[in-house]
Amino acid sequence: MCQVEDLEPMWGEAALVEGTQIALIRLHGETIHAVSQWDPYACANVMSRGIVGSKAGRPTLASPIHKQPYDLATGRCLSDEALQLRSYPVRVEAGIVEVKV
Amino acid sequence: MDASTHPAPAEAQRHIAVVGGGPAAHRLTEALISRDPAGLRISVFTEESSAPYDRVALSRRFAQVDDELLLGDPALWEDPRVQLHTGTAVTALDVESKTLRTAHGEVLGFDELVLATGSSAPRPPIEGSEHIAVYRTLEDVDWLRRRAAELGEELGRPARCAVIGGGLLGLEAAGGLKGLGAEVTVVHSRAWLMNAQVDEYGGRTLNRLLEQEGYRLKLGHRPSRLAVDLEAPAERSRYTLEFAKSPDLPADLVVAAIGITARDELAASAGLDCAERGGVVIDETCATSAPNIWAIGEVASYQGISMGLVAPANAMAEVVADRLSGGAASFIGFDTAAKLKLAGMDVASFGDAFAETPGALEVVYADAVGGIYQKIVVTDDATTLLGGVFVGDASPYSSLRPLLGRQLPAAPGAFLSAAGGGELDLELPDDAQVCSCKDICAGTIRSAVAGDETTPGCTDMAAMKSCTKVGTQCGSCIPMAKKIMEAQMLSLGLDVSKALCEHFGHSRAELFEAVRATQLTSFTEIVSRFGTPADAQLNLGCDICKPVVASILAAQHGAEYILEAGRGTLQDTNDRALANMQKDGTYSVMPRIPGGEITPQKLKVIAEVAADFDLYTKISAAQRVDMFGARLEQLPQIWRRLVDAGFESGQAYGKALRNVKSCVGSSWCRYGVQDSVAMGIRLENRYRGLRSPHKMKFGVSGCARECAEARAKDVGVIATSEGWNMYVGGNGGATPAHGQLLAKDLDDATLLRYIDRYVMYYVRTADRLQRTARWMEELPGGVDHVHDVVVKDSLGIGGDLEAAMAKHVDGYEDEWAATLRDPERLRRFRSFVNAPDAPDTGLAYVIERGQRRPATEQEKVDAAAGDGPVLLTGPRIPVREEMAREDAARAAGGLDPAQAREGAPVPNNLAAVEGRS
Ligand SMILES: Cc1cc2nc3c(=O)[nH]c(=O)nc-3n(C[C@H](O)[C@H](O)[C@H](O)COP(=O)(O)OP(=O)(O)OC[C@H]3O[C@@H](n4cnc5c(N)ncnc54)[C@H](O)[C@@H]3O)c2cc1C
Ligand code: SF4
Ligand code: FES
Repeated sequence: MCQVEDLEPMWGEAALVEGTQIALIRLHGETIHAVSQWDPYACANVMSRGIVGSKAGRPTLASPIHKQPYDLATGRCLSDEALQLRSYPVRVEAGIVEVKV
Repeated sequence: MDASTHPAPAEAQRHIAVVGGGPAAHRLTEALISRDPAGLRISVFTEESSAPYDRVALSRRFAQVDDELLLGDPALWEDPRVQLHTGTAVTALDVESKTLRTAHGEVLGFDELVLATGSSAPRPPIEGSEHIAVYRTLEDVDWLRRRAAELGEELGRPARCAVIGGGLLGLEAAGGLKGLGAEVTVVHSRAWLMNAQVDEYGGRTLNRLLEQEGYRLKLGHRPSRLAVDLEAPAERSRYTLEFAKSPDLPADLVVAAIGITARDELAASAGLDCAERGGVVIDETCATSAPNIWAIGEVASYQGISMGLVAPANAMAEVVADRLSGGAASFIGFDTAAKLKLAGMDVASFGDAFAETPGALEVVYADAVGGIYQKIVVTDDATTLLGGVFVGDASPYSSLRPLLGRQLPAAPGAFLSAAGGGELDLELPDDAQVCSCKDICAGTIRSAVAGDETTPGCTDMAAMKSCTKVGTQCGSCIPMAKKIMEAQMLSLGLDVSKALCEHFGHSRAELFEAVRATQLTSFTEIVSRFGTPADAQLNLGCDICKPVVASILAAQHGAEYILEAGRGTLQDTNDRALANMQKDGTYSVMPRIPGGEITPQKLKVIAEVAADFDLYTKISAAQRVDMFGARLEQLPQIWRRLVDAGFESGQAYGKALRNVKSCVGSSWCRYGVQDSVAMGIRLENRYRGLRSPHKMKFGVSGCARECAEARAKDVGVIATSEGWNMYVGGNGGATPAHGQLLAKDLDDATLLRYIDRYVMYYVRTADRLQRTARWMEELPGGVDHVHDVVVKDSLGIGGDLEAAMAKHVDGYEDEWAATLRDPERLRRFRSFVNAPDAPDTGLAYVIERGQRRPATEQEKVDAAAGDGPVLLTGPRIPVREEMAREDAARAAGGLDPAQAREGAPVPNNLAAVEGRS
């Protein structure tokens, strides 16, 4: 889908995978998470522009609109159990990022 | 208020008549209603034309013409059980028939009557005294203010004012007049000021402090006559205050504040017992000599004394409210604690200030050079606190006052802050009174922190004040109340809101200082040094601390681009895109329009850009034009056109200076006395881009008519014929606050210097998301402290603050111009990493009043089902190639960007598609 170098650490980017919008988050190093771009609370495609952080040592992504934090690994919202982001498996092969939708 | 609008319920009720509408009457009414009484009807009669107001705060009205001095919640007077009769004096009482007569000739019956007629301000008994003004009511202050201004204009020089009386009230009046630009002489019959509250050494220290502030003093003499020459030419004064054994004092205006005279005339003529020195005699239940008639406040005389302070008035009101509701409360005596409310003059005393208790010991710190005097009075065994006097530095006052009559937790000397005594942690017992105005004890504050089933706990001072009313009258107890609240929060395991979030144990101000001291420049470094945990791999921060760190770094390294490597990822939603994200994920674009001044040509560019990109357009509340609905990938293109036309970022997205609102001022307006537009532009261009704890708004008005509403701004500047008055801490929004006067008649350079210092001090010390109004409210000492720091440079950091601001001003660069210059930075504005120009297909709009707005979820659903409005979706025009072309043209040299665009105009018309989302 893109090179690892295309992604700046701690700065989310959106990607289009077969018509589906996903949010790619690269942490320090080469760890990359992919979750849905759709913010289920704000009902807008914005999650890639959220704020990357951590809660009790687990990496999180907060919605840019209403700031609910989501666990990046599982997509679970940490402040409202009813909310959930889809999370997608990511693989880095020879510097190329691959996401399975 | 018209009684007919709130007809009282019809069934038989007890009728309580309250005569007088000052703070005592207010407190009584409030206390009765709060008990939610059944079958009670309360009529309040006041001869003044306004509802009861806070007389204690009267001096505020000198600086703020429209301050209504609200006392409690005005909804009290709307309560159907209460009838307020303003402009209605009660002229006679009949104890036998239980009736009263009003000045309008009405005769009304009552079951209980409470006298709360207060007192009046006497004039000295000398010839010519009818020309002497007094200082007691709203009308008095309004008159003094008008008169001082008129005199200034008529005479073409500052008015000379003589204030007779150097007590609490006289000094306040003197301060108010001096604030209006008058030359003030205080005439006092004793050798030192405030002799009723302060002992000789403290008083003499106070004398010197006032002289240093430019007051003239005439001490040790009483005037014998006021000579009047109304025809006097401007160089001379109309009045001459004559003294038996001292030179005459010429004055254009003479004000007396020599004490209080209880307004017991109504009671006396009704045959009630009155005290020799005036006042209606009451017992400890506030009952007078006549059945069913009570007296409270300054009109009441208890053990031969009428106290001129509001705390006893409030206490008496509570006693009567309790008695009228079937209780058995009684009044235990006066709290005579008093603190002078005069900017820059820290004077307070409480308890046995003169050490008159047999065997009392005094522990004193006196520094005649530094102008500080502190004294604590204790029992002969040095254990129990009896009183204290503070001049020049009254910081121990608010913590010691509640300990009056109690064991001191440490040796008395430890409480003399000026002598190096630290701030001791005082563990006050629950029943110690912290706020005497509102009679709030430490225990009440502690239980408010915890809250209960019906009310949430209070964990900041704003909530604490509105919940318990602590500190809402004279305000002198706020520092102590805050300390108790925080100690209680700690003991309940609550976060004393200092820690930013789980990632940092510091407050914003602490982190600011730490980062400044260590010169760290990146989030990773800061986390590794100060984070919890201090491990940059585990501690990635969050939406709270990252923007705070970004703002701290931006304020300290102003010269650098805010999205520079590493710092871009710290920014909050809006800063990240240098635009404001809206609910559907698109952005609004708001170029800076300094001072609200714009040429028609530039306005046209805005119109063209908005039309070409089909942006919803609205004039913002801040004298600018806001354009909505720009997609992330469109921002650079929009801004290229705006930057080329000479616009720059308006920082509407940042916690920074937003705008400086200005009126048209002296260049066009008939009334203007200074060029407010020029000053507005100058301020906006000076402080633009400075990152701060919260957004800041400034305002500049060209004359006192205040069309720019500058006093509702963080910094408000109002023109005077001499220069500018500077107000600080104003706020519109949800909790409005009027700006408070910081300094008067400043020239341009001094104004800028003070604003530099003020704003930088705020940037360094405020909490995250704390507007200046709340910041000053929480700051111990409030506006007085800010005045000391900014105007008097009491912390000696003025130069440092100015230098920090100069660094910002010199390093300022428009963020959008900086972005457009650099392809690396532009990369961040791609919509998709693998399809940089593809628009978000989820956007859908509805046309309303000729412009588009985001469709609601319901509208999207309806459209998909085929019924509902037509939606506009899916913009189609890719814009990237074209930008790349422009950039190439630029790089190749000199192609006018407008030409580059020409081949490919930028229509962005949305395709009308039915029901696709
Ligand atoms: C400038 C100033 C600053 C002060 N600062 C402080 C301070 O810092 N701390 C402090 O503790 N105290 C202070 N005080 C004193 C405090 O304001 C008074 O103690 C308080 O106002 C007393 O309240 P009251 O209701 O008893 O009387 P008042 O406030 O005098 O109110 C009485 C009201 O009754 C009305 N009235 C009188 N007779 C009649 C009638 N026959 N019919 C109808 N209405 C009538 C009067 O017009 C008046 O409105 C200050 C006072 C002044 C003037
Ligand atoms: S504030 Fe004064 S100068 Fe400004 S517009 Fe209003 S009247 Fe004119
Ligand atoms: S002591 Fe005056 S408001 Fe608290």
